[in-house]
Amino acid sequence: MMTTVKKQNVMIPPYEAVGVICAQSIGEPGTQMTMRTFHYAGVAEHVPTGLPRLIEIVDAKKEPKKAIIDVHLKSAYAKSPTEAEKVAKELASIFVRDVARVEDDLETLTIEATFSEKDGKGQSVTFNMLKKALEPFCSEMKVSENKITLYPAKEKPKETKAGEKKEKKITAKYVRRLTQKIREAIVKGVRGISRAVVVKDEDGYFVRAGGFNIVGACLNPAVDVKRIYTNNIKEIERVYGIEAARKAIIKETRDVLEMQKLAVDIRHIMLIADAMTYSGTVKSIGRHGLSGEKVGVLGRAAFEETIKHLINASAFAEEEKLIGVTENIIVGQTVPVGTGKIRLVMKHRKKG
Amino acid sequence: MIMIEVKKVMDKLKFSLFSPDMIRKMSAAKITVPDTYDDDGYPIDGGLVDTKLGVVDPGLRCKTCGGRVKECPGHFGHIDLVRPIMHVEFAKHIYYVLKSTCPSCYKLLSRKPVPVKEIEAIEKIEEKPAVPAPGKEIIGSVVPVLESTAAAAEVEIKAKKPKKEKSVRKCNHCGVELPEIKLLKPTTIYKDKDMMLPTDIRDWLASINDNDLRELGFDPVYSRPEWMVITALPVPPVNVRPSITLETGERSEDDLTHKLVDIIRINQKLDANINAGAPQLIIEDLWELLQYHVTTYFDNETANIPPARHRSGRPLKTLAQRLKGKEGRFRYNLSGKRVNFSARTVISPDPRISLDQVGVPISIAEELTVPVHVTDWNIEFCKKLILSDSYPQAVYIIRPDAKRIKVGDTPEMKKEQVEALKVGSILERQIMDGDISLFNRQPSLHRVSMMAHEVKVLPGKTFRLNPVTVSPYNADFDGDEMNLHIMQTEEAQAEARYLMKVDKQLLSPRHGHAIIKPQEDHVSGLYFMTHDDAVFTKEEAASMLYLIGITELPASDVAGGKYSGKLLFSQLLPPTANLRTISKLGQEIVIKNGKLLKGAVESKVMEGELLENMFVTEGSEFTKNFIDRATRIALEALSMHGLSVSLKDYTISENGMGKAREITNKMSREVDNLVMQYRSRSLERAPGMSLKETLEGLIVEITTKTREDVGKVVEHDLGIENPSIIMAKIGARGSLLNAIQMSALVAQQTVRSKRLARGYKGRILPYFKAGALTALERGFVYSSFHKGLAPYEFLYHAMGGREALVNTAIRTARSGYMQRRLINALQDLVVFDDMTVRNADMSIIQFVYGGDAKDPMFASKAALLDVTKQDDIDTA
Repeated sequence: MMTTVKKQNVMIPPYEAVGVICAQSIGEPGTQMTMRTFHYAGVAEHVPTGLPRLIEIVDAKKEPKKAIIDVHLKSAYAKSPTEAEKVAKELASIFVRDVARVEDDLETLTIEATFSEKDGKGQSVTFNMLKKALEPFCSEMKVSENKITLYPAKEKPKETKAGEKKEKKITAKYVRRLTQKIREAIVKGVRGISRAVVVKDEDGYFVRAGGFNIVGACLNPAVDVKRIYTNNIKEIERVYGIEAARKAIIKETRDVLEMQKLAVDIRHIMLIADAMTYSGTVKSIGRHGLSGEKVGVLGRAAFEETIKHLINASAFAEEEKLIGVTENIIVGQTVPVGTGKIRLVMKHRKKG
Repeated sequence: MIMIEVKKVMDKLKFSLFSPDMIRKMSAAKITVPDTYDDDGYPIDGGLVDTKLGVVDPGLRCKTCGGRVKECPGHFGHIDLVRPIMHVEFAKHIYYVLKSTCPSCYKLLSRKPVPVKEIEAIEKIEEKPAVPAPGKEIIGSVVPVLESTAAAAEVEIKAKKPKKEKSVRKCNHCGVELPEIKLLKPTTIYKDKDMMLPTDIRDWLASINDNDLRELGFDPVYSRPEWMVITALPVPPVNVRPSITLETGERSEDDLTHKLVDIIRINQKLDANINAGAPQLIIEDLWELLQYHVTTYFDNETANIPPARHRSGRPLKTLAQRLKGKEGRFRYNLSGKRVNFSARTVISPDPRISLDQVGVPISIAEELTVPVHVTDWNIEFCKKLILSDSYPQAVYIIRPDAKRIKVGDTPEMKKEQVEALKVGSILERQIMDGDISLFNRQPSLHRVSMMAHEVKVLPGKTFRLNPVTVSPYNADFDGDEMNLHIMQTEEAQAEARYLMKVDKQLLSPRHGHAIIKPQEDHVSGLYFMTHDDAVFTKEEAASMLYLIGITELPASDVAGGKYSGKLLFSQLLPPTANLRTISKLGQEIVIKNGKLLKGAVESKVMEGELLENMFVTEGSEFTKNFIDRATRIALEALSMHGLSVSLKDYTISENGMGKAREITNKMSREVDNLVMQYRSRSLERAPGMSLKETLEGLIVEITTKTREDVGKVVEHDLGIENPSIIMAKIGARGSLLNAIQMSALVAQQTVRSKRLARGYKGRILPYFKAGALTALERGFVYSSFHKGLAPYEFLYHAMGGREALVNTAIRTARSGYMQRRLINALQDLVVFDDMTVRNADMSIIQFVYGGDAKDPMFASKAALLDVTKQDDIDTA
């Protein structure tokens, strides 16, 4: 049996609707994904993977449900687990409540913090460190053994309308609130980073922790600033800029799909990352991001918040240029993608 | 003569507001009567179904255009409101305009008067003309500028700012102290502490000059803010709100008509009260009632006001409800369109048709038609179709003068029509074998959910499709239905044939791997056929080769004139086929120059490189034929070999049973031991976990290991000859886990990846002791499906099963919405001929698609082709 041998071209055909193919290639496996959560031992539990995580990435959330930061170390520190452990201890934030019992006394309007030797040792926190952490909250403190009695500092007087300053009294209510605040005060470590753990990879040891404070972590001299990574895309954008954010979107999306053993060509993931970042800021997929900024009124109205878009369009006398796919479907014209973009007229020759 | 179709192309649409003048000008009738039909059943003049607005009853003629029901497009009328009414949807816009203008001189406010010096400074820096043309630089920075829809949200934040600084502000033009303007949703506006009347609001808005309006983002020609306070309300034509006649002969009016009746009634009442000089309080009450009715006429789901209801208590569907949401006008009727020339029925498998065909029942083929242009070359064929009085028939003739004629029923009429048939006519004939069609199964999650198939008319009532095509459609035959469409233009047919045909879609655009490939029984068949000791007699070989269209027997390769299966399989392969891989069974498989030399074919061979490389090097047509022939010969080989399972195949021997029991007993002991350690607190806590978590973690580890160990026993006991094991091993169907669960034990059931722990406090059933932690009491199923589950085990299994069920339900909903958003955000992205990816407004998203302009479908196969990508980009 003879068949014509026809070679395929590897190039993407011009006018191919790559956007739709990309959306389908990422959306379709969504139905096959599991919703199980992932466990980073000692760092964070119930880290979303699969579909929930994919939705999180596409939503460009300010803060992922469980932020993780991987702090790689300079080569001098990366070799030894003990050095890395030290860095981990320095990074993980310890709160007052972790090392001391804090009670308020509403009669005398004082707060008493009792240092726990045992907990302090475990977190390598000394009594002095605790003292230092408590200082900003009080006007005076009395120290006895492992107890600190605080006399709360007065609230900062608020500036009123007229510009005069009004002294505030220390009330029981204020003391209660301050006690809460003190419990959450940081004794040691970087704000926003919790539960650091040392992990080993082919490049040596690094610290994995909960949270995403890149700037805070970089202040530690042992940290290799160039190789710090967090799963918080918005934070990467804030600190390292849009190109880094684009790469982070690609990496995070790939990781999700790979973990589920779902094959998706890198080009699709790159396109979605580029679409989310081409404007210079990370924009979400959805009504508050890309879809909400589309040019066509009809396209936006057909997606979500129909009435809002129509009303605004008429109030500001907007024009619908009919350049999008939905817009043209709505008015019943050929869509401007694929073969619909090509205008070809064949000259009809009369026979004979 | 050639008919040239003049196609009108819509270039753009303009949105705007209607001024009261325009509303009155375009109005066909002023509506004054809050009623519809009189006692005789005739539309009342000046009523809501005034025949000037168009007609819905057959027999009547429209008084405006004289058209009948189908001809008259309908005409708007209007209601003159006695007092102006705020438009709910524009309340926010009105509020912002009031906030941004002075109540006394009506000029645009600046938050801080900009000193002249500073203006000059800005001009110098920006090198702008002396008088800043509608200067966003200056005013835009100080006043909440309502610019576009996208900015609306921002504006809200901006507008809130001045509220915080409580200092009294003054107009920077006339120095008047500015009142605080507040919007009480939905439609009430307060000026300081006083409620503003819509009349006052309207007067204020009308006094703002055009330039200031432009600053605020309005276009005074098309939209002036005072038009947002309604004085004339348009009444939509009757065909927009048709009444329905119930069986009882009673008329039931549309919700919109009901609402309009309310509006007119209150409007009249208000008018009467004003004329009678009623007290202000009563007038204001009625005014507010009118506001309510107009508000709900626009949107009956406005926050903070009770929805208007039908007599039955059902909330009315008013204008906003008609447009909104999934069942609204936009998504239901405008984005989703119904089509003709389509059919839907149940699908069933037919391995004997080609994978690019679809079996169409005759009853459907008789119904669907396709237009055929009558030419010199097919006129005889066309005549035959007209004359025919059974299945392949012409149904309509469209003459060159565009007149549509039904093909006659009698031979005489047909004869007449045949004689009149001229080249240039169009025939609509029933679909026939070889016609192209689009075949689709919902949900259409990806491109290959809709592919082009060639029609193959078959007896029966179901669509038939080759089972290898189920995977792209994600179809099965448990009652699934699919849709078929017949394209009505040559362009569409050609595009379908060359771009959408099944054989062009063998590789997925998602990852470039084969999605249409021999599966399940095909794999089993090929495996048995190409097995090392599979030998066929001459007769067998001949009959098998005949199936794949080979009529000349190759030379025998096994002693005694017999044929090896490998030789037969090699007949399918192109000479370019080469493969060297380790199979799932650990065997080496070698294909060299189109000859299978070593190993038995299994799923890895079929789905992997072999098929994909063939598609790229040999083309779609060849690969299609390969799959068709391979599956055909595989099924023949399988039925010759035989493959079945019985209960016996899932029964393990006494010995095996004993071993399995030993393993589970050991597990039970280990778990008990751990629990004891946990109770006595001698268990060592794992880092970052509580003691309980540590225990659970260890137990899960043990139970998983138990299942694996038992698995090994089962695998060994059932043996490699067991059909179930074979199928699992070669990747045809099923997994080892299935065999284990059926024959040995079902093992641990989980909910949220943890051992079961719900039900009663500290236990799953009252049957157990509270706080019990042993395997048996926490969801471990010792029984096999073969043996049957104990009642509590049955419950465990149901618990695990329920979670899976709930998860799928949630997942489909969530991923469906995600995909809708993805599609909406990315649908306008297109690769241009310079390989840039751009969106609808031509912004560049990528400079080169994917960085290398390769098609994801073929990207990994570029090495197989002698073309290099760079050349293509450069010379393109």
